[in-house]
Amino acid sequence: MSLLIIAEHDNATLKPATLHVVAAAQKIGGDIHVLVAGQDCGGAADAAAKVAGVAKVLKADDAAYGHQLAENVAKLIVGLAPNYSHVLAAATVNGKNIMPRAAALLDVQQISEISAVESPDTFVRPTYAGNALATVQSSDKLKLITVRATAFEAAPATGGSAAVENVSAAGDAGLSKFIGQEVQKTERPELTSARIVISGGRGMQSGDNFKLLEAVADKLGAAVGASRAAVDAGFVPNDYQVGQTGKIVAPELYIAVGISGAIQHLAGMKDSKVIVAINKDEDAPIFQVADYGLVADLFTAVPELTQALDKK
Amino acid sequence: MKVLVAVKRVVDANVKVRVKSDGTGVETANVKMSMNPFCEIAVEEAVRLKEAGKATEIVAVSLGGQQCQETIRTALAMGADRGIHVQTDVELQPLAVAKLLKAVVDKEQPQLCILGKQAIDDDSNQTGQMLSALLGWPQATYASKLVINGDGTANVTREVDGGLETVQVKVPFVMTTDLRLNEPRYASLPNIMKAKKKPIEALTPDALGVDPAPRLKTLKVVEPPKRQAGVKVKSAAELVEKLRNEAKVI
Repeated sequence: MSLLIIAEHDNATLKPATLHVVAAAQKIGGDIHVLVAGQDCGGAADAAAKVAGVAKVLKADDAAYGHQLAENVAKLIVGLAPNYSHVLAAATVNGKNIMPRAAALLDVQQISEISAVESPDTFVRPTYAGNALATVQSSDKLKLITVRATAFEAAPATGGSAAVENVSAAGDAGLSKFIGQEVQKTERPELTSARIVISGGRGMQSGDNFKLLEAVADKLGAAVGASRAAVDAGFVPNDYQVGQTGKIVAPELYIAVGISGAIQHLAGMKDSKVIVAINKDEDAPIFQVADYGLVADLFTAVPELTQALDKK
Repeated sequence: MKVLVAVKRVVDANVKVRVKSDGTGVETANVKMSMNPFCEIAVEEAVRLKEAGKATEIVAVSLGGQQCQETIRTALAMGADRGIHVQTDVELQPLAVAKLLKAVVDKEQPQLCILGKQAIDDDSNQTGQMLSALLGWPQATYASKLVINGDGTANVTREVDGGLETVQVKVPFVMTTDLRLNEPRYASLPNIMKAKKKPIEALTPDALGVDPAPRLKTLKVVEPPKRQAGVKVKSAAELVEKLRNEAKVI
């Protein structure tokens, strides 16, 4: 069997999500190839070649892929897919945007966001905001799969020495064009791969108050996240949102501050190793999943937390 | 511009679902059902386009059993002009839905299809992209802002992992909605009454020439492992001590 992984990358480097997909592919078994489609993406391709377990890297370097436009990348995948039994991508915004388009063109029913592999044709996937785990068996000859990265331990980033092969671009579909982006630069780790995450909810009351969480994040080297309520209220940008329809995270430590714990938020973080909740409402549902709960006013408790972290 | 909106009937977002003990699925009998929240946002966007004079007619489509009609009526009450119910009791998966919608699009010839980005029951997040592929149209997923330009294109701002990005797509196109695109209206009682008189056309997969059979077989459905109950701490200091010495995560 040969498996093709669509790399998540920023042209210069490979994103950690890809390492988790390699791990998922290893559970299926077979030769693992990684497709790096981008523009000036040699750095990402070289990084992919070093990943333990990768047999070959296919590099498609073309302006058409510079911004991961689904119409273009899907076309490329469709051309390569006949050589493979499985095509996988991380369930990132790119993966989720591109893969179904390729699946439809290949007449395949995609399996979204698998959290476990039972066999080459049988997978577990979360439904109903992760409250019902479905085991599904595909009758399609070719499988297209997106992978919930947090459910698989990352393959090592080094130890591999695959060859990088250039593949020709499949052309620009001419249907869409990248216009611009609003992306915040941060020194903090990425939310989806951070070891520690501290998130704020409606209880934070303003975007400015997120400074309190940032002080804790600074001490812990943590990423900062948020509930939907905080994003809807304009406290923080959309890419902070942790939840059923936002980012799925499973850090070693998740600190939920002023977050009530709605079903949809829990969907995004309930697989965290240790969950801490700080909320002044002792009946908040978040306390039902918290390993450590502090019923307190966050405006007092969070500064106290920052201070306590200072002490050795 | 004719706009087609697809709407799905799902278990209400506030319901805490129960997995059946026989492992066959989730308990849906006697459980509150509603229009998928992302589909509500789709209908709302279409209605706003009409109110702004950019859309001429809104057709709401739903696929599945008889009860889909309730969901179509809700869309009509929000402002859609007419409905289409593709009647089938076969388990519909995204690929089949996309094929059925394509057949409806071929009939109706809209310039824009708006779908929710995902249904909160199966959480697949595929149908809009698949429909787009089958039509050979551009796709603008996870939309948080839509601007129809005058020149046969539209600018869509999308919620992406790093923040926001804006793409320009050619019309006709498929758009899927994200949370911040708009806040859907509640249908007023007069509009609910008016909706009863709006037409809903009944179609079938056979009539549309599509085989809706599912490709994925569900072998079993189980609850996720439960987390063990935690403890309350009395202070931030105690919290830090426990995280350091007990949980050993810091």
